Amino acid sequence: MHPTDFTLRGAIEALNEGLLTSEELTRAHLDAIQALNPQLNAYVTVMADQALAQAKASDARRREGIAGPLEGLPLAIKDLFCTAGARTTAGSRILENFVPPYESTVSGNLLRDGAVFLGKVNLDEFAMGSSNTTSSFGPVENPWSRANDPDTRLVPGGSSGGSAAAVAARLALGATATDTGGSIRQPAAFCGIAGIKPTYGRCSRFGIVAFASSLDQAGPVARTVEDCAILLRSMSGFDPKDSTSADVPVPDFAAACARGVKGLRIGVPKEYRLEGTPPEIERLWEQGLQWLRDQGAETVEISLPHTKYALPTYYIVAPAEASSNLARYDGVRFGLREAAKDSDLKDLYERTRAAGFGPEVKRRIMIGTYVLSAGYYDAYYLKAQKIRALIKRDFDQAFAGVDAIVTPATPSAAFGMDEKQDDPVTMYLNDVFTVTANLAGLPGLAVPAGLDAQGLPLGLQVIGKAFDEETVFAVGAAIETAADFRALPRLRAGV
Amino acid sequence: MSLDTAMVRRIASLARIRLEEEEVGRMQAELNGILGWIEQLQAVDTTGVEPMAGGGAVSLRLRDDVVTDGGMPEKVLANAPDRAGGYFAVPKVVE
Repeated sequence: MHPTDFTLRGAIEALNEGLLTSEELTRAHLDAIQALNPQLNAYVTVMADQALAQAKASDARRREGIAGPLEGLPLAIKDLFCTAGARTTAGSRILENFVPPYESTVSGNLLRDGAVFLGKVNLDEFAMGSSNTTSSFGPVENPWSRANDPDTRLVPGGSSGGSAAAVAARLALGATATDTGGSIRQPAAFCGIAGIKPTYGRCSRFGIVAFASSLDQAGPVARTVEDCAILLRSMSGFDPKDSTSADVPVPDFAAACARGVKGLRIGVPKEYRLEGTPPEIERLWEQGLQWLRDQGAETVEISLPHTKYALPTYYIVAPAEASSNLARYDGVRFGLREAAKDSDLKDLYERTRAAGFGPEVKRRIMIGTYVLSAGYYDAYYLKAQKIRALIKRDFDQAFAGVDAIVTPATPSAAFGMDEKQDDPVTMYLNDVFTVTANLAGLPGLAVPAGLDAQGLPLGLQVIGKAFDEETVFAVGAAIETAADFRALPRLRAGV
Repeated sequence: MSLDTAMVRRIASLARIRLEEEEVGRMQAELNGILGWIEQLQAVDTTGVEPMAGGGAVSLRLRDDVVTDGGMPEKVLANAPDRAGGYFAVPKVVE
């Protein structure tokens, strides 16, 4: 077995038993990155020297009998998490040379627990995108390809495309990611791996480059549901540096994976049966529900009546918050500065932001600026906030009668890099099944469940009650067990 | 509600993004496409609904009003594109 093929859980056991060292495990991943990253472009920054130093230090700690929950495990960090002393770009030219003097709470928690950081992984610029094609560091390639069309390069999804591609191709055992409208779950589904966006407030947002602060949540991607559970436990926890961080206990999520689903009531929202959804996705959904019934769960139809308004609501709320958050990129305190010889301050701002932001980021800042501007605030922003409240109320009412909700993760399998690029709204529809959980602040997990006719992975999504990730993990693990998903991407390490 | 080119320029100015003349038309078309799609929200009856502002708990915590951080000017200035001594430097703003 090649060391890059370990699950996170398997690697923990192998390290504990002394079958290999963190240094060996880390070297194997760095070699794999060197071999495959030129094609995949998953890593923006490889931190080879630092990773090996961390691995050696981890091996030394282990010899002394000190081992954290993630001791010696090589991970990839989405380049949206500030890493002290290591460049953090958010996939944007405007932060191309930004070196944070501090560590994000989530990445700091992982280091506290013994993790090794292989490097920083690619993403859509400022996490705005569903295809990882808006990164100023170039697109990421999905390690999977269509069986009958292997030459068409597919997107890994986004915005956490680098995280998902790196983990699927075995260039990391797991990765951090963030999810504002589906940015963990959609790429996980496109790359045939698992990923969870936890409840809003579960993971601290401190030190994560902000996109839309009332929607942004960090979470892990990994190759199994249990691996996600192990990572999430380390990433989570109350942080006084984030005013929206939840002061609630962090349970043993991995233990919940083995709970089973006997007696659980699983909601099936009728509004998620969209016209135009490929029949194989409908079939996979029905198959997933049957697997849960076979394991003792009951499935019940529910209604989430405002579902169809979720995406347009999101495309007011998220750009509004983004326009405010991204006002800080002014060419004065950090990041890129562009100015002409005779520029005054306003001209410096305008030139800096024109040169530093890509087209999708500019579009969203413009939309956000418009919906917040005098005369339009009530018609757009306030209206969207009210509909957001109705979407949350739909979930509150549904969860009075069910323990979890199961839906497809995405409306299609991974698409080609040149597809869906002409019209922003077509791209936005990727998040139709995922965005509701962000608006309502609920946990959502994507789990690989099958393949489409072209051999591409398809995922199912489990949505849970606020702070009930344990039930989400139990249901996700039950689907994972029944699906027995063993297909592998064409591009991967150790082949 | 459809944006004209003057409004597109005004939004760009408010957002402090320089828009070249040849970019205005394309930006106008894209923004109008998105806003046209968003327009469907006007059909939702939101009478008496309280707007939802945050993603989580309704009230935010307060902490004691004391200094918890600071005294690190070099770290603060480390990423500055331009500086003068212990200050960020910008083009002259006061005549």
